[in-house]
Amino acid sequence: MVDLVDKAREIRVEIIKMLAKAESGHTAGALGIADFFACLYFGGLINFKKEEPYWEERDRVVLSCGHYAPVQYAALALAGFFPIEELGSLRKLGSRLQGHPVRQIKYFGNNDKQLPGIENTGGPLGQGVSVAVGMALASKMDKKKWSVVCVSSDAEQQEGQTWEAYQCAAKYGLGNLTFVIDRNEIQISGNLGEVMPIEPLKDKLTAFGLRVFEINGNNMVEIMEAFGKGKLFPGQPKAIILKTMAGKGVSFIEGNYRWHGRAPTSEEAEKALWELK
Amino acid sequence: MNLVNDLINVERKATREGFGEAMSLLGKKNKNVVVVTADLGESMKVDDFERENQNRFIQVGVAEQNLMGVSAGLALSGKIPFAVSYAVFNPGRNWDQLRVSVCYTNANVKIVGGHSGVTVGPDGATHQALEDIAITRVLPNLMVVVPCDFEQAKKATFAIASFKGPVYLRLTRPKTACITTATTPFELGKAQVLREGKDITIFACGSLVYEALLAAEEVRGEVDIEVINVHTIKPIDEETIIRSARKTGKVITLEDHQINGGLGGTVAEVLGEKNPTKMIRMGMKDCFGESGEPGELLAKYELDKNGVIKTIRKILND
Repeated sequence: MVDLVDKAREIRVEIIKMLAKAESGHTAGALGIADFFACLYFGGLINFKKEEPYWEERDRVVLSCGHYAPVQYAALALAGFFPIEELGSLRKLGSRLQGHPVRQIKYFGNNDKQLPGIENTGGPLGQGVSVAVGMALASKMDKKKWSVVCVSSDAEQQEGQTWEAYQCAAKYGLGNLTFVIDRNEIQISGNLGEVMPIEPLKDKLTAFGLRVFEINGNNMVEIMEAFGKGKLFPGQPKAIILKTMAGKGVSFIEGNYRWHGRAPTSEEAEKALWELK
Repeated sequence: MNLVNDLINVERKATREGFGEAMSLLGKKNKNVVVVTADLGESMKVDDFERENQNRFIQVGVAEQNLMGVSAGLALSGKIPFAVSYAVFNPGRNWDQLRVSVCYTNANVKIVGGHSGVTVGPDGATHQALEDIAITRVLPNLMVVVPCDFEQAKKATFAIASFKGPVYLRLTRPKTACITTATTPFELGKAQVLREGKDITIFACGSLVYEALLAAEEVRGEVDIEVINVHTIKPIDEETIIRSARKTGKVITLEDHQINGGLGGTVAEVLGEKNPTKMIRMGMKDCFGESGEPGELLAKYELDKNGVIKTIRKILND
């Protein structure tokens, strides 16, 4: 049995290490959602084969808020998709760990420049939400068993495209699709409620036809339970709102929007790693 | 090239109709072909496909950003999605989604933009895509195809379905002259010399290829015009362009699109770098269109046969 709490801690440690080395990137969102990524890759929420990352029957994880890349990179490396040392190449020239995650299809020859486990190109907010709908439609069309988990941020709900995608998911009854929305209340220029309020989010998602669960996103029992309950509604797309603490685990990052888009200095990283020990 | 024998008494059919016929056949032949549309299935002529393949027809409503994203997701799952809407919206409104979810990802999406050009007519300038070639041809991985008539639209649809990678296919609304036939060859990326000449080359695309042919015929005896159909804007057939420009030394480009960034821009880039040639670009001269019948608009903006003849005289006398 994997200790999920310990996995989340390991993910956070790798996030701090890679961002400090890269000297740029987004810290708060990645740290805040680490508990969910531990559940996703180590808690049995999805089917995957690390040695065959694009196995046809795998469940798809679409990271729509591409700036959360460090958390996915750390989780994939710890899950064995690629060597953990490669995390040190984040944002460096020639790296497979681009600043925002990239999926590139090659129709001929090998594709060794592709970071294994990445399903979509993410960055401009809202795009992955539609891509996830397309994938879930394909799975349903072919009567396949694989499902899709789409991770987006709370500020991403300000993008009109997300709502275009939700209405489509509901229309086609995509029960194989779960939208996970990280509600950490910060965005690049300030607190979300001041920049552009998105309330009442739960009611809006419900009105768009989704089955919505609102939980403490830093509580793994609640995360596992929400996915379990979601299975009770096979004909309806799900939304799980994760109420998280931005920067969770590092006291001087927690809840501070100024950490949305910056990386720790080496001194700050040292302090953070000491706290995470 | 096996064109029609009589250029004057031609049959008229729309390129969108050729596309629709091809899609219906493709639906039967290839079970991976999926159509995704944003409320414009009928006027884009994919209603037959919809009837015959309900499970592979996705209607996203008036939501073009989602249209492109859903298509990318389908392509990443092994489907061959055709994202179908008007060019002003697709790729006009969803260019960011085209850039990242489709082109950067190299997803196998076929973007079909209908009702392009000023020949949309009465709907007016809001619905006349005059910039779509420019905004698509700058995107890496994306092929850009502009069929000149009904038959070519049909062939192009089959060809891009077989091609692996993203493609933009540009279609038009009105019934236009059928100049190619079922036996006219078609190869993606290969420009077609429809008429050989030695004095001036006209590089044209889309339905205006016909106007170029009519003009060339009318000035026969006075000046010898070569007409080349550049149905693939990207990758551009540099070899054919340079060969012809070297031969004639005078070049006109003709398109139902802005003169900036489209076929004219492409040819100017090729020739400017490899074989500087005297040249006039014909198209919309950095302006929007307006309501009117297609023929009236082509006449007003001097994109019809008479406009071409005027330009031929201009380049001869300059």
